[in-house]
Amino acid sequence: MTPLLSVQGITKRYGAHIGCADVSFDLYPGEVMGIVGESGSGKSTLLNCMAGHLIPDAGQVVFDTRTDGPRDTITMSEPERRMLGRTDWAFVHQHARDGLRMGVSAGGNVGERLMAVGERNYGDIRDKATDWLGRVEIDATRVDDRPTTFSGGMQQRLQIARNLVTGPRLVFMDEPTGGLDVSVQARLLDLLRGLVRDMGLSAIIVTHDLAVVRLLADRLMVMKSGRVVEAGLTDQVLDDPQHAYSQLLVSSVLQV
Amino acid sequence: MTEYNFAYLDEQTKRMIRRAILKGLAIPGYQVPFASREMPMPYGWGTGGVQVSAAVLTPSDTFKVIDQGADDTTNAVSIRTFFQRTAGVATTTATSDATVIQTRHRIPEEPLHEGQILVYQVPIPEPLRFLEPRESETRKMHSLEEYGLMHVKLYEDISRHGHIATSYAYPVKVEGRYVMDPSPIPKFDNAKLGDMAAIQLFGAGREQRIYALPPYTQVVSLDFEDHPFEASKADHLCGMCGANDSYLDELIIDDLGGRMFVCSDTDYCEARQAAGHKGKDAA
Ligand SMILES: Nc1ncnc2c1ncn2[C@@H]1O[C@H](COP(=O)(O)OP(=O)(O)O)[C@@H](O)[C@H]1O
Ligand SMILES: [Mg+2]
Ligand SMILES: [Zn+2]
Repeated sequence: MTPLLSVQGITKRYGAHIGCADVSFDLYPGEVMGIVGESGSGKSTLLNCMAGHLIPDAGQVVFDTRTDGPRDTITMSEPERRMLGRTDWAFVHQHARDGLRMGVSAGGNVGERLMAVGERNYGDIRDKATDWLGRVEIDATRVDDRPTTFSGGMQQRLQIARNLVTGPRLVFMDEPTGGLDVSVQARLLDLLRGLVRDMGLSAIIVTHDLAVVRLLADRLMVMKSGRVVEAGLTDQVLDDPQHAYSQLLVSSVLQV
Repeated sequence: MTEYNFAYLDEQTKRMIRRAILKGLAIPGYQVPFASREMPMPYGWGTGGVQVSAAVLTPSDTFKVIDQGADDTTNAVSIRTFFQRTAGVATTTATSDATVIQTRHRIPEEPLHEGQILVYQVPIPEPLRFLEPRESETRKMHSLEEYGLMHVKLYEDISRHGHIATSYAYPVKVEGRYVMDPSPIPKFDNAKLGDMAAIQLFGAGREQRIYALPPYTQVVSLDFEDHPFEASKADHLCGMCGANDSYLDELIIDDLGGRMFVCSDTDYCEARQAAGHKGKDAA
């Protein structure tokens, strides 16, 4: 089987400082990959390099495109990459306000990607937006309200709806539950798990919260100082960590 | 007494503006940056339009200025007087006699002909500004033709008002490529933008942008399939000349709330009256 995403030798430096170094892995269709590690370990840098938000100093990010098969998204043209960014790819930011238009209604936020790919029927766009609000458990009566009137958890769910409405095949998530109350986190995780399963999504989830990957990720990569120190099936890595740093990470969670 | 160069601006500045105009004509709808100069009038008075007019006027031109369709507002009179003084050009109020027409907020009703130039005063040239304040991002959106956001604006309009409530500065797509703000003309005038025989030049002074539509350019107003664009106007006849095809201003005529609808294009209305057309409110 062709990997949906094949990452090879991704390195990103900030001056002399290493953001992430020599990261390689394959992601297969329908798989969820978790990336864990302490703050500053290079998770976001790696994710942004893969999603086309940062240009890595070295490496390839090969995506199995619908029309042309595997393509290196780093060397493809910017219009092609941005097109991927609003069709087959989705990006869920930690802070909903980085991923939403706060001055635009919930319906407009969800409808934007549809309009960006050429949908021109107001009624259809609105129906799809309303349907998606329902799928992320936001009441349809809120379709014309701005996200500024939403709670943090609702904003995050709206951001997810806005990203998934065009049926992307790969979702990048950076600490999607970060900054939310524990009970709100649990509900969001449940929702994400349902969506990933129902839509057969492939996803890469960055988090420092091992409970998140325990619930969502099939496989795990543990990062430290910009490098992957251990990778494997989620349960294996969490229950029987091999690398000393992974052991520390897992045990520090158990202490919580 | 101060000696002005012809049309106030020095020749080097006019050449720079003409280069921007030519570039604009070569890439219809594309906003060309230019180094806007201080003009002896406030920005709100259309310094962008004035600079464009200064760059295209020649001694043999006949100049007309309209403001909301009228030749006699303070703004129109002061710009007309400015070029009378600094360029010594002939002026007119008759649309068909003018070779250069500077306008704010309207396109004349009488179809323009080849050889004429229509110069628009533009306050905000960037149609995407409303939803995307970052200039670096809007520039990228134009260059990559990412215009989904324009429809988000129209979507918001419909969701809030039940119909597309934008009635001025209604966005258009030029030759299937650039999305453009036609300046705050009523959307009734959008129908005249496309396929026009005259050259249309747009000047934004404060924002330092010039853009253009060469003659007979395709211009399409953005809309939705189920909410199509309508070049609407008040559903009345002109009270003075009886016209049914011109954009109307609503006037309050007495303190009992009496109203009357009159052509906003005063030259058009007066010409019709002179030709014997009479509206129901005409004396
Ligand atoms: N824009 C930047 N400029 C300089 N250094 C940065 C920048 N962004 C991140 N870094 C550094 O790169 C390393 C990895 O950061 P980051 O990818 O944000 O880690 P994480 O997401 O795991 O917390 C850290 O040492 C961080 O300080
Ligand atoms: Mg991070
Ligand atoms: Zn009239």
